[in-house]
Amino acid sequence: MKAVMTVNVDRPKQTFGERIYLGSIIQGLAVTIRHFLRNLFGQKDVATIQYPEEEREYSERTRGRHILTTKDDGSLRCVACYMCETACPADCITIIAEENPEAKVEWEKRPLSFEIDLLRCVFCGYCVDACPKQAIIMSRKHEMSFTTREEAVMGIDELKQKGPIEEEDLGYRPYY
Amino acid sequence: MTVSNPETAAGLPVAELLPESDKLEIEIGPDGFVEITVDRSRVIEVLRALREHPELDCDLLLDICGVDYPDREHRFEVVYHLASLGADHRFRVNVPLTEDDPNIPTAYGIWKAADWFEREAWDLFGIGFEGHPNLRRILTHEAFQGHALRKDYDPEQRWLLTETETMAPEWATENVESNDDFETQILNLGPSHPATHGTIRTVVQLDGEVITRAECEIGYLHRCFEKMSENHGWNEVIPYTDRLNYCSSMINGVGYSLAVEHMLGIEAPPRAQAVRLILSEFSRLMDHAVCLGANLVDLGALTNFWYFFQPREEIYGLLESCAGGRLTVSYTRIGGLAHDVPADFEERVRYLLGYIPKFIDDVDKLITGNRIFRDRTEGIGVLSAEEAVAWGWTGPCLRACGVPYDLRRVRPYLGYENYEFDVPVATTGDCYARYLVRLEEMRQCLRIIEQAIDRLPGGPVITDNHHVALPPKSKVYSEMEALIWHFKLIYDGIKVPAGASYFATEGANGELGYYIVSDGTGHPYRIKVRPPCFAIFQAYPHMLEGHLVSDSIAILSSLNIIAGELDR
Repeated sequence: MKAVMTVNVDRPKQTFGERIYLGSIIQGLAVTIRHFLRNLFGQKDVATIQYPEEEREYSERTRGRHILTTKDDGSLRCVACYMCETACPADCITIIAEENPEAKVEWEKRPLSFEIDLLRCVFCGYCVDACPKQAIIMSRKHEMSFTTREEAVMGIDELKQKGPIEEEDLGYRPYY
Repeated sequence: MTVSNPETAAGLPVAELLPESDKLEIEIGPDGFVEITVDRSRVIEVLRALREHPELDCDLLLDICGVDYPDREHRFEVVYHLASLGADHRFRVNVPLTEDDPNIPTAYGIWKAADWFEREAWDLFGIGFEGHPNLRRILTHEAFQGHALRKDYDPEQRWLLTETETMAPEWATENVESNDDFETQILNLGPSHPATHGTIRTVVQLDGEVITRAECEIGYLHRCFEKMSENHGWNEVIPYTDRLNYCSSMINGVGYSLAVEHMLGIEAPPRAQAVRLILSEFSRLMDHAVCLGANLVDLGALTNFWYFFQPREEIYGLLESCAGGRLTVSYTRIGGLAHDVPADFEERVRYLLGYIPKFIDDVDKLITGNRIFRDRTEGIGVLSAEEAVAWGWTGPCLRACGVPYDLRRVRPYLGYENYEFDVPVATTGDCYARYLVRLEEMRQCLRIIEQAIDRLPGGPVITDNHHVALPPKSKVYSEMEALIWHFKLIYDGIKVPAGASYFATEGANGELGYYIVSDGTGHPYRIKVRPPCFAIFQAYPHMLEGHLVSDSIAILSSLNIIAGELDR
């Protein structure tokens, strides 16, 4: 084996002082009492938060529930290219495409249905990376509860952005 | 590459040292392994020579796995990965087997580590190991039909296994009279018990309170991620690897990305490598914090758990600001990282470097000299260095037995050779030694991070090779060519050159190896993970013999068993 820099961490046999245990009791109490006093008088050191009244601040990269973004006229930006469905490691996205009758150009696709099974989803953000139209992004919304499995399958209506994009709780989305 | 007279990296003429080597195929693999292809009639002879020849001296059996090639004349291949701790060379032994008779003699007599690895190959491929003492399914349920990793096994079929699991080992049903007129008792530890750290079942035979025999059932968290990988692209495997050792998910993703990059012959940009290293070391620190914290809770010292979870929470905050996820980060990509670190990364890392040591010191003060803890862990779960190597141990557990084997030093990757750090070693090999090694390793992690953040280079974080990495979004939205590459990469995937390669990194528990077989398409043909705690845990039932029930808890948590990695 290659000679590597090692440090031996073996401890000598317990000394008489350690065996009578008094010293380590006092040392241990000093540590715990210090923590107790700091927590009592300096609440800012406490790592726990009073959830759900208080919530943790997450970064703008947090991968939460998906949002399907819309164009100015309120229609989906998605062109049903199946890129997110292909890139999904959990196989949780199902898209059915149709021709867009309102398209200004010939042959434009749009999703007839776009479903994400949030119970299968692993929130890895690969769909966001795969989308060439910035049509799917993620919010910071991570508190979701369902009572049935069917309820966890989100369609266009649930996923579509509700108002102006700035008002959504934006999370993971393409950086450029 | 076939060479007429293959030598190991150190210049050992392998062919001269092996018996009747003119009938063996010996080559040097692309990953530096000496590859030997041998017929099964001679496999034991060759393996024994590799183990026992003083110059070859392959004392560590890394892995045994199967690969299925339905189109070949010999459908199955059993692959042994061997390493020598002393001579620092590695061997791969391939044994082709036909479909009609997929049987091979067991290597259990040479390395004890073969025990569970052979059971796994039997379970997932149906390869029979003649002479194995306990060849039963290990990861899937006893009532499971078929062998899941065979290529003709349809992964879409869903099994509902409603049969109650009896799975009591044969010895458990016999009543043994002990000398002192007491009947022995059979007790189930787990599977669902706070002290089992996941779902692991241990059947123990008790004589009074002393364990006389034990056997483990694992696989409760088995999800056959290796099969899933075969149906998804190379990059899509990264979120799966997060779920191997979920206490340090970054390390798994880095190891996998490095393994694939190695096959592609590319390297991530320097900045990506440095960030990978920093976050890997933070993950290692967290992993040890969880292990020690949980270990101490099991022994009744709850306070330390909180002291360790406070810095862990802060580190999760840092990971979340970089990757967008806390536990399952999915931050690496083949060729680099998903995106650059946030602007305040350096500041936050420096804050953590000042913040974490006092928690480690607190635990050190509370526990290390504490007589109760020492009395409960010293001399408990002792394994000698030879035995530990025979069982295939690596990582902190092996270092606690006195073997200074650390891949970051022995086979450096990510530029670890440029950092100053010491490898902590203890000699007693008991639970206390494992605690001490982990505690010191946490301090060494901080040392590495401190050096890495001082020389964090600038530049891109992902390769600009458009065969591997997605083009930047700004280009995808505006340039036709970038859009085409984007489409091609998502639909066809990365094309990894055909071949097989093993690459290992130092995970938090030990050697985390990826044996990857590619057939040149956009999907992995076969991915075999060598999970460190699988090898470590197979020694557990044997370590229990002669210990009290309460000691079994101390031993289990000191081994740091992560079910996600154990059961895959």
